[in-house]
Amino acid sequence: MRNIFAICAKELKGYFASPIAYLLLTIFAVLFGFFFFAAVEFFASASMESQMSGRAFPMNVNQQIIAPLFSNATVVFLFLIPMISMRLFAEEKRQGTMELLLTSPIQDWEIVIGKFLGAMLMYTALLGITALDIGLLYIYGKPAWAPILTGYLGLLLQGGCLLAIGAYISTTTKNQIVAAGATFGVCLLLYVLSWTTDMAQTTATKVISYLSVLSHFEPFSKGLIDTKDVVFYLSFIFFGLFLTTKSLESLRWRA
Amino acid sequence: MIKVEGLTKRYARTVAVDHISFEVNKGEIVGFLGRNGAGKTTTMRMLTCFLPPTEGSANVAGYDVLQQPMEVKKRIGYLPENPPLYPDMEVGEYLTFVGTIKGIPAAELAQRVEESARRCAIADVKTKLISKLSKGYRQRVGLAQAIIHNPDVLILDEPTSGLDPQQISETRELIASLAGDHTILLSTHILAEVEHTCTNIIIINQGHLVATGSVKDLMKRMRGAEAVVVDIQYEGLDAATARQRVEQIAGVSRVVVKDSEPGRVVLEVESLEGASIRAELARAVVHAGWNLEELRAAATSLEDVFLELTASEKNKAAAAITDAPPAAPEVIQ
Repeated sequence: MRNIFAICAKELKGYFASPIAYLLLTIFAVLFGFFFFAAVEFFASASMESQMSGRAFPMNVNQQIIAPLFSNATVVFLFLIPMISMRLFAEEKRQGTMELLLTSPIQDWEIVIGKFLGAMLMYTALLGITALDIGLLYIYGKPAWAPILTGYLGLLLQGGCLLAIGAYISTTTKNQIVAAGATFGVCLLLYVLSWTTDMAQTTATKVISYLSVLSHFEPFSKGLIDTKDVVFYLSFIFFGLFLTTKSLESLRWRA
Repeated sequence: MIKVEGLTKRYARTVAVDHISFEVNKGEIVGFLGRNGAGKTTTMRMLTCFLPPTEGSANVAGYDVLQQPMEVKKRIGYLPENPPLYPDMEVGEYLTFVGTIKGIPAAELAQRVEESARRCAIADVKTKLISKLSKGYRQRVGLAQAIIHNPDVLILDEPTSGLDPQQISETRELIASLAGDHTILLSTHILAEVEHTCTNIIIINQGHLVATGSVKDLMKRMRGAEAVVVDIQYEGLDAATARQRVEQIAGVSRVVVKDSEPGRVVLEVESLEGASIRAELARAVVHAGWNLEELRAAATSLEDVFLELTASEKNKAAAAITDAPPAAPEVIQ
């Protein structure tokens, strides 16, 4: 437990000691800020229109501002998550510090979990920025908090899946750019697999759409916690980290 | 402390380490010698549980590297060829991190960090970023990292590579000061280093063990008990005559003509173990009526030993193509 915590703290410090954390936070703050502005502006003009026309449209902050914002955020994370995960193992391999970790009395899975938690905390810091924007809505309205919380839970689980894949890919190379590129490709694929939900419903498209990380996110953004989605995400994360541990172990045999 | 038996590492196409066996006793400083690519780093990586051996066994600090790697890892300090440093960390922060993952209890951690920094003379840069340190300081931080948990066995891979002469001698002193508490295995291809710091020596070449033993024994063995260079000058003297005469002296085991020109012959004379031949040699030359110009002990440097051993090994390897059995390592006791 102490080892996991030490590795996790080291990872987190690593992000903030290098420009990468600040770069990610800035990129995300600017983009999400713009999405927020656009969504609120659209909502305000729509509600104005509804008052002017005399017919009362049902207006809902959660459904019309927050849910679309969350799905926009998932698109941005598609680009940012590879930047979080790329350094996890590739950097250690390039620096030669892998030799330190692998000759220290710690288990491979402790290294993997520690690093994954560090990356998750970095990702959570990015999510924290969205909380600032969404918090502003409470000054002017009363959004329901339950769908917001489930939305965050969904984002955390979805991000965890992509980070677990990224961690695995990072163990396979010394080159951070290669790790980031490959992770982006895989994440994008897992994301667009959800398009198959709109296709003819055959067994194949059903299976493919089940594999998409995005199709499991939608219920969360609507305020639903479905056990099957939680199980999907958790088993996905577990599988990703299992692969990472095995890959780390195999480094010894291949090196 | 370290017991290696038939250790072998095969890669897809090459054999990096081929059935080497040796033993290192508690408190010894052992120099692990070999040319670049001889298999030193691979052997060290197997001893530190970084690489699993293909064959054979290695027992470090009483535990097998394959059966109980965790126990081995707790008892070794390892400095790889490139010190494993995080450039974004401060020195103190780095040592604290390493101390934690090496399993030092939290209560002792600060004190252990302090002590290893003091021993390696890096206390003055504790709050500096590692990326800002010079090569010499980095090497010492690497060494501090290896000794922080007070391991029984220290494995150092070329601890002085890339340092300036001042730093090299400081590092040697540091290593010498660590002896006693720790058993040290250090690899190098700088022979002077071994002569200065090590008590014992292991030479490998192309993955084979070539020789093991103490530095003194090894040099002795190469040149018999004593080697003397004698320079004789006499009008009309030819090498064969001089050689014949010298060979008759009791206790001489081998005579080599080093140099011969009309009127001058330089011989290198090796004696049998325990025999002292200088006086006899001088007398014989003078009795024959020749002029004894010079009589001196042939300086045997480890360099000669090393070159001779690795060169002969090379010839053996070439001979192995014609189906000769691989050479058995020679062990000197």
